Amino acid sequence: MAQAIQVKDLRKRYGDVRAVDGVTFDVEEGEFFGILGPNGAGKTTTLEIIEGLRRPDGGGVSVLGMAPWPRNDRLLPRIGVQLQASSFFERLTAREQLRTFGSLYGVPAGKADAMLGTVGLGDKADVRVEKLSGGQAQRLSIACALVHDPEVVFLDEPTAALDPQARRNLWDILRGINTEGRTIVLTTHYMDEAEALCDRVAIMDEGRVLRLGAPAVLVRGLEAPARISVPSGVLTAEEARRLPGADEAGDDGVSLTIISRDPSAVVAAMAAEDALDGVQIRGATLEDVFLDLTGREFRA
Amino acid sequence: MSAFASFKSLSRAMFLGFKRDGGALFFTILFPLMFLVIFGGVFGNQSTAKVTVVQVGQVSVLQQALAHDSGELSEVMEVTRSGDRAAALGKVEKGDADAAVEQRDGRLIVHFSMADQVKAGTVRGLMNALVQSANQAAAGKPPAYTLEAQQVEDESLDAIQFFTPSLLGWALASAGVFGASQTLVSWRTKGILRRLQLSPAPIPTVFAARIAVSLAVALVQFGLFVLVAQLPFFGLRLGHAWWMAIPTVLAGVLAFLSIGMVVGAWAKSQETAQAATQIIVLPMAFLGGSFFPLDAMPRWMEVVSYVFPLRYLNEAMLNVMGRGLGPMSALPQIGILLGVAVVGALIAARLFRWDVT
Ligand SMILES: Nc1ncnc2c1ncn2[C@@H]1O[C@H](COP(=O)(O)OP(=O)(O)O)[C@@H](O)[C@H]1O
Ligand SMILES: [Mg+2]
Repeated sequence: MAQAIQVKDLRKRYGDVRAVDGVTFDVEEGEFFGILGPNGAGKTTTLEIIEGLRRPDGGGVSVLGMAPWPRNDRLLPRIGVQLQASSFFERLTAREQLRTFGSLYGVPAGKADAMLGTVGLGDKADVRVEKLSGGQAQRLSIACALVHDPEVVFLDEPTAALDPQARRNLWDILRGINTEGRTIVLTTHYMDEAEALCDRVAIMDEGRVLRLGAPAVLVRGLEAPARISVPSGVLTAEEARRLPGADEAGDDGVSLTIISRDPSAVVAAMAAEDALDGVQIRGATLEDVFLDLTGREFRA
Repeated sequence: MSAFASFKSLSRAMFLGFKRDGGALFFTILFPLMFLVIFGGVFGNQSTAKVTVVQVGQVSVLQQALAHDSGELSEVMEVTRSGDRAAALGKVEKGDADAAVEQRDGRLIVHFSMADQVKAGTVRGLMNALVQSANQAAAGKPPAYTLEAQQVEDESLDAIQFFTPSLLGWALASAGVFGASQTLVSWRTKGILRRLQLSPAPIPTVFAARIAVSLAVALVQFGLFVLVAQLPFFGLRLGHAWWMAIPTVLAGVLAFLSIGMVVGAWAKSQETAQAATQIIVLPMAFLGGSFFPLDAMPRWMEVVSYVFPLRYLNEAMLNVMGRGLGPMSALPQIGILLGVAVVGALIAARLFRWDVT
């Protein structure tokens, strides 16, 4: 498949801060690509350099075979951008907002109106942007990024500050956009979001890409143990440690947790002892990957 | 897509945004109009109020004069009739009328109160003149000397003739500086500038749209001001070259937008921009002759006024609207205002930032 985006050894510093410190990756056409990292990791800076909003100190970027810097008005109609902070014209309704952005790309009003339906804002067409909820504003902002049918879409933390319901809702919309064949580059500091949406993620910290790959592959590569927990009192920690396959066990008074690299053996043994009531099994997540890579807990 | 289509839809978006901004509407349109109504009302009535005279019984001198009046007399004097002498005198005492006149044989008797000395003097002078001309008519001789009164516009400019253009100048200046600086800062802090940077619309189009909206709003301000000032109560009489005020207004708006752009490019927050706007506009309004005439100022203030662009806008509008001078009288000022616009735009372009950081 062709490369939609090629990023090579990108660098950008602000004073002493190396915001982006040698980032390299490619994004394939039609791919859902995630940049995952805690606040201050350099996600926004990386994205803004790719979009052509900032000039890198070093390295190269090519988007759809073109250089985004300096402002390239042959490239601009082919990319859609949702900035980290929603940027709307003041005191316009959702429909007026979308039509105005559409007109900048020569999109007819009718098509702009249809986009409202796509993001589920059909019934909010006449509501002023100031009156929209956080989730609605984010969806409008995404609609503004999509109104001209771009091939590549950049989304900077689209679900930050949304409640869980609104996040899931937005995920469905984003999957839909990707299914239409558009390439999506998304930044997020939510591990679960990256796992749920992205074909591949780049895990970033302190301006560098620590690991890059499909979320499942990254997790598997970790060979991290699974955690099996049951409510306290069913088994003692001592008994649990002696189960076949168990590496370690501990009881915090609420639940008993068994750490194991062979969870199926542990579960089978527990079933034999009829100790599976209320069992929870958690495999390794990207969170563990991050912990493994940095030695730190992932903090958003 | 055409740049013109972008221009049109951006102008529309900005105009809607302005129209729905209650605060902006109040401060750019209503607030200055309130000043016009107050200033025009307070100072305007002083010079235009007529002398009211009660005529008791038959007063042939007055009746004949009124019968031959071609309008000059009724413009300065309002006459009511009364058969009741005591009631008429009572009115004068209470100040409801300025004078009561009666005629006994060959004598015209004028009763007046000295409470309002100016009006008392006017009534006596008027009546004296009526008696004189009646005497001449009776003698059948043409008058040896006649007096022709000609107003010197500049000296005795009615209050409304002065306040309409100069308060309008203040309104345009504050709308221009405020509008441009607030727009620029809010577009930058809200990320709209960066969003627009990411669209293929040519950037000059974005600014052209904002300027077009300001020019349109300024023409609305101009129209409302002139209409209100022309109501009979205020009585503005526009000079024959009043239309020249339109290019003057447009040039003035460009100058003030450009100053606002400098403020907006420099200021980091809307509060800073607002404070800077006040610091620029208020002193400029006072010293640029918006609230009182430049001739009435001490010499040093008049000298200082030359540094304020508002001075030139006020002066040019006053010339063609209030003083009745010819169209050329606004040209030098228009030139200066356009110069200010260009210099301001260059400075603003140097200070311009797309982004907060
Ligand atoms: N305009 C700027 N000026 C100075 N420092 C900046 C600027 N933008 C970002 N930074 C710094 O660069 C680093 C990366 O920031 P950013 O790319 O915004 O991270 P993220 O989006 O992952 O939270 C941070 O330390 C941030 O403080
Ligand atoms: Mg960010």
